[in-house]
Amino acid sequence: MAGLSSLSRSGSDEREPAVGVAAADAGIRLRVAKSLLRFNTCGSVDDGKSTLIGRLLYDSKALFEDQLAALAADSKKVGTRPGEVDYALLLDGLTAEREQGITIDVAYRFFSTEKRNFIVADTPGHEQYTRNMVTGASTADLSVILVDARKGVLPQTKRHSFLVRLLGIRHVVLVVNKMDLVGYGQDVFARIEADYQAFAKELGLQDVICIPISAVRGDNVLERSPVTTWYQGPTLMELLERVAVDEARVREQPLRLPIQWVNRPNSDFRGFAGTLVAGRVRRGDSVRVQPGGRTSQVTRIATSAGDLEEAVAGQSITLTLADEIDISRGDLIVLVDQAAEVAGELEAMVVWMAETPLLPGHSFFMKVGTKTVTARVAALEYRVDINTLKKAEASQLALNEIGLCQLELDRPIAFDPYQVNRDTGGFIFIDRISNDTVGAGMLQGASSRSRNLHWQAVDVDKAARAALKGQKPCVLWFTGLSGAGKSSIANLVDKKLYRLKRHTYLLDGDNVRCGLNRDLGFSDADRVENLRRVAEVAKLMLDAGLIVSTAFISPFRAERAMARGLLAEGEFVEIFVDTPIAVAEQRDPKGLYRKARSGGLKNFTGIDSAYEPPEQPEIRIDTTATSANAAADIIVAHLQARGII
Amino acid sequence: MSTLSHLQRLESESIHILREVVAEAENPVMLYSIGKDSSVMLHLARKAFYPAIPPFPLLHVDTTWKFREMYLMRERMARESGMELIVHKNPEAVARNINPFTHGSAVHTDVWKTQGLKQALDQHGFDAAFGGARRDEEKSRAKERVFSFRTAQHRWDPKNQRPELWRLYNARKQRGESIRVFPLSNWTELDIWQYLYLEGVPIVPLYYSKVRPVVERNGALIMVDDDRMPLHPGEQPMMKKVRFRTLGCYPLTGAVESEAETLAEVIQEIALAHTSEREGRVIDHDQPSSMEAKKQEGYF
Repeated sequence: MAGLSSLSRSGSDEREPAVGVAAADAGIRLRVAKSLLRFNTCGSVDDGKSTLIGRLLYDSKALFEDQLAALAADSKKVGTRPGEVDYALLLDGLTAEREQGITIDVAYRFFSTEKRNFIVADTPGHEQYTRNMVTGASTADLSVILVDARKGVLPQTKRHSFLVRLLGIRHVVLVVNKMDLVGYGQDVFARIEADYQAFAKELGLQDVICIPISAVRGDNVLERSPVTTWYQGPTLMELLERVAVDEARVREQPLRLPIQWVNRPNSDFRGFAGTLVAGRVRRGDSVRVQPGGRTSQVTRIATSAGDLEEAVAGQSITLTLADEIDISRGDLIVLVDQAAEVAGELEAMVVWMAETPLLPGHSFFMKVGTKTVTARVAALEYRVDINTLKKAEASQLALNEIGLCQLELDRPIAFDPYQVNRDTGGFIFIDRISNDTVGAGMLQGASSRSRNLHWQAVDVDKAARAALKGQKPCVLWFTGLSGAGKSSIANLVDKKLYRLKRHTYLLDGDNVRCGLNRDLGFSDADRVENLRRVAEVAKLMLDAGLIVSTAFISPFRAERAMARGLLAEGEFVEIFVDTPIAVAEQRDPKGLYRKARSGGLKNFTGIDSAYEPPEQPEIRIDTTATSANAAADIIVAHLQARGII
Repeated sequence: MSTLSHLQRLESESIHILREVVAEAENPVMLYSIGKDSSVMLHLARKAFYPAIPPFPLLHVDTTWKFREMYLMRERMARESGMELIVHKNPEAVARNINPFTHGSAVHTDVWKTQGLKQALDQHGFDAAFGGARRDEEKSRAKERVFSFRTAQHRWDPKNQRPELWRLYNARKQRGESIRVFPLSNWTELDIWQYLYLEGVPIVPLYYSKVRPVVERNGALIMVDDDRMPLHPGEQPMMKKVRFRTLGCYPLTGAVESEAETLAEVIQEIALAHTSEREGRVIDHDQPSSMEAKKQEGYF
């Protein structure tokens, strides 16, 4: 930068033009290579927050002479400190706010140093303005939380810190302001620092640094204070200049590209435009389009300055793919083996931002990334009391309240938990009539099953339906090799129960594959899916109060355990129809073993795909010693013994 | 690849905003004022939608009092971009020959620009209009949203703005309402100049210093761009080496004396400057909080 200062601003210089241009060019290239840090400030009206930002702007020489003159004039007219420059006036932009003497919205300010450029979101700290602070914090890499050295850590400091944690900001600076008013006392600072660090640890904040300053006097803001010789840490500006920006972290995550717009200028070009919100993408990468799941390869990363080999998080790009697949706004492009979660029932922390309270049952437009869906707030689990930070029961969320909600979407979306990625996990609620932004939320994950049961509870439940039928519902899960006799025995059991006037249903392997599971083949993955669907259907029928028999080979222990796990204790009766393969092959009622042996049938259980016998079935039937009818009697007797019928 | 630079992040954010509007608005338009900010905005739009031509027209709300070189640049950029250019001149202002000399800067600006803009938006049914305003320009801008809503009467309510979180912008609106969108919200003046330099974006030559005929009015150097400029008795234009930091109506735009003949030299001056760019604009000084009052009325 030395070359630049030798250039004068007025017309009377003696420089050589060529040198001047070269030096200016070098200066520009140095400046534009600087990084950008976004931060927000939290504190109450009295903590001197606006004064601190005014001081940062003033000391980093971000202000021009005419602005300084206006500031001096304003300070005389409406300043709060007679005879002194009131830095806070730089920030209170709107007339009405100036008259009230407080900042009531989010204002963005800009300044730079030799190392970095900064955007500050100035957000108010008064309790009723949670919404503004959340807004300002949503784009911040770092939060500056102010406390008055005379007052220390207050309930509002804790509220601000909770919001900072909620918004996933990874770096926090606790600025202990007005040190001049406590005689720059080391003990005062040490006490506040200890208080706050203990609280921050409890809250789960990671990188927390405390700095003693005086915004009015400038101590430890840019310049190291000559008075606080006991303080060895960085000045506020030193810290702001060196802290890591969030983008660097996000870049190391799996690729996430929410599609904004499909660029189709002519039939030869079909580009998918969007901002890379995580990871990186290279030409040739195999990608998946979520929530659908189709895959393709990246053929180009097109820009007006030529194609790129690679793009990284933060860049707005346009991709083309090798295949003509249907992709539209709102889809998410990911690497083929690093998919995002997909779900239609989600849990989220919601910050409510409207005057009319949020009530469970309400529906909204929900914008996540570039996708807009309809979401119903199915349940409000609890409200967070931001004064005590404890969970409180709640039937609604009022303006500026925060709570955990269960959401039901009109279709599944691809997402990441908010604490992993802000862009794929953060959302806004839009009122369907006024179109206002009424809430902001942070996805935590797919709803857990127990919670689903909880909020899907209906008045006529499983017990009521079963009582009407005079039985306990259960699933009789028959497993065994093909030709072992599962279907025959299950069919006999079903007939015997029918005669006993029991309400039953038989899910047969072949029948299910004719309809519900027609799209599935016999690969291991398809078999797993086949059984998952059967288990879910059996569960629904059980919920209807039925005794359900399922007759599937179900060769893998893991899948049978999955089915058992879906049900309550005692509802799953595993019946191992034990027939040696030689016997089953000899019976071969459908001629399948013959086909498999001749190579006409792949992945056949017992031949070229494994069967894992049950370790502890409820009932084991040895078909070499027991007839089908006798086996059915054994099973019915078992049900009677257990009080199921 | 190292961390994205400040300018790369700003560029990406602006492109994201441009694309969001095109994806969600029914009938967007870009306000094109021919100045340096408009030049950056147009350049970003061409990058955002490459290889397509930006899928919206350019709108110039003309006052007939712009510098002649601005009109040349306007035609050139419309040609090069391949975009449709709509020029709107308020017919009432044309009929009454509204001008800054007879009617004063306030009336001139209101009738030509504020009323003219509302007419053009209504006439074409635009529901979203891109503007090149930046938050660093002026205090009331600092609190304005990127997506700024206007009622069917084009009024701005600073107390009732939608919160903007993350990269999520809510572009939904009622019939008749419109959005002013500011893709350059987070850029500073220096960012604009440096970006123009690095990207080689063409700008009106008035930004570079040259010997030009000027007169001094109320402490500002006003360029005598054509013979509609009434001279005071005995007044003679002076030949001074000047350039402009902002461009608007020539009788309302003050020049600064400067030796900077190239963009690099201009940036060099800006980086060391001690006054803000808006100082050269006459309209800001009409009344306290004048920009905020104008914006509530519908000024961009």
